[in-house]
Amino acid sequence: MQNFDFVKPSTIAEAVKALNSGDAQALSGGQTLIATMKQGLAGAETLVSLTGIAEMKGVSSAGGKLSIGAATPHATVAREAASAYPALAKLAGGIGDPQVRNRGTVGGSLANNDPAACYPSAALASGATIVTDRREIAADDYFQGLFATALEEGEIITKVIFPIPEKAAYIKFEQPASRFALTGVFVAKFAGGVRVAVTGASNDGVFRWTEAEKALSANFSPTALSGLSVDAGNMITDLHGTAEYRANLVKVLTARAVGAA
Amino acid sequence: MTKLSMTVNGKAVSGEVEGRTLLVQFLRETLHLTGTHVGCDTSQCGACTVHVNGKSVKSCTVFAADVAGAEVTTIEGMANADGSLSVIQQAFQDCHGLQCGFCTPGMVMASAALLADNPHPTEAEVRHGLEGNICRCTGYHNIVKAVLTASGQTVAAE
Repeated sequence: MQNFDFVKPSTIAEAVKALNSGDAQALSGGQTLIATMKQGLAGAETLVSLTGIAEMKGVSSAGGKLSIGAATPHATVAREAASAYPALAKLAGGIGDPQVRNRGTVGGSLANNDPAACYPSAALASGATIVTDRREIAADDYFQGLFATALEEGEIITKVIFPIPEKAAYIKFEQPASRFALTGVFVAKFAGGVRVAVTGASNDGVFRWTEAEKALSANFSPTALSGLSVDAGNMITDLHGTAEYRANLVKVLTARAVGAA
Repeated sequence: MTKLSMTVNGKAVSGEVEGRTLLVQFLRETLHLTGTHVGCDTSQCGACTVHVNGKSVKSCTVFAADVAGAEVTTIEGMANADGSLSVIQQAFQDCHGLQCGFCTPGMVMASAALLADNPHPTEAEVRHGLEGNICRCTGYHNIVKAVLTASGQTVAAE
């Protein structure tokens, strides 16, 4: 691994300053970034750790919304969001393995936007707000394709605000070695309608299955999906599954999520 | 190089590290605590599991500088004060929860964290809780038995 200067600021303001001076890269829990750096696929002259910033940690709920500091590890979300937003807590508790969940963070996951990561589906299905050091970004505007987001150079996610649905569930069909989603579906039912977000399946990363949302908003039942089909045209094909297989999984898992919600 | 201090197995330690120095390198190469193993170096196998402030982490995927000031526990810190084996270690021995032994330090550390969170796990919870640790001898059955035994639960003989 290429060497770098390591800095660990204790406030968001210091972190923003460090990230905007020269060739710098933010580091959260590091459960993806460190492996990527070992392979020589990422690196910078300065690494700015976000794990020492108290104002970026913690879980709280008020007024039908759950707010999670971006540097909060998955294990903490799994524990502390369990009563306010059980489907989200369950998603957090199913990421990777216990050691990964003790380090990996929600902000890191959303900033990386891996096309098979779990959190992007929760953020998109919940209609979450991604709060950064400089603005608020609606989840519908935030995800912009494979590893691509609305974040600007040097911009830090500081917290994520999830509206809490009436009912929700996340079902992940796990790639058994990596425990990433071969396909995962998050269904969230709000008073104003249903949102369905799919991860792991599309070449463009997380997306909303709008036909299912329409059908489920009229009739929140697995049978509401029976006439629908998912186009395999832009689905991922790899050694774990074909595009057609993933397209089928989207429908199967959406029905299961509705049943479980 | 920057100076780094932390507490390892109850003792204050310090040493010089680069930015890129991993926690496992600091433990093994600077402190010569070689009980923590590097199996895969890709965060898959869990042989390098240690506790940082009481939580299990893969020390091959944490920068040493990022845990400056933390309380770290390694396998060398697991025995009782008088040098006898801890309950978990004794259970691994009694249940033959190891074959070649390479994964054992990580398994013991992961098991200790699991039991601290959930003192009386079911067999399924033990298997789920050890998902981050791989035994390439495939000795899982006796490892699970050891964790259940360490939790004080009676394990059916076979």
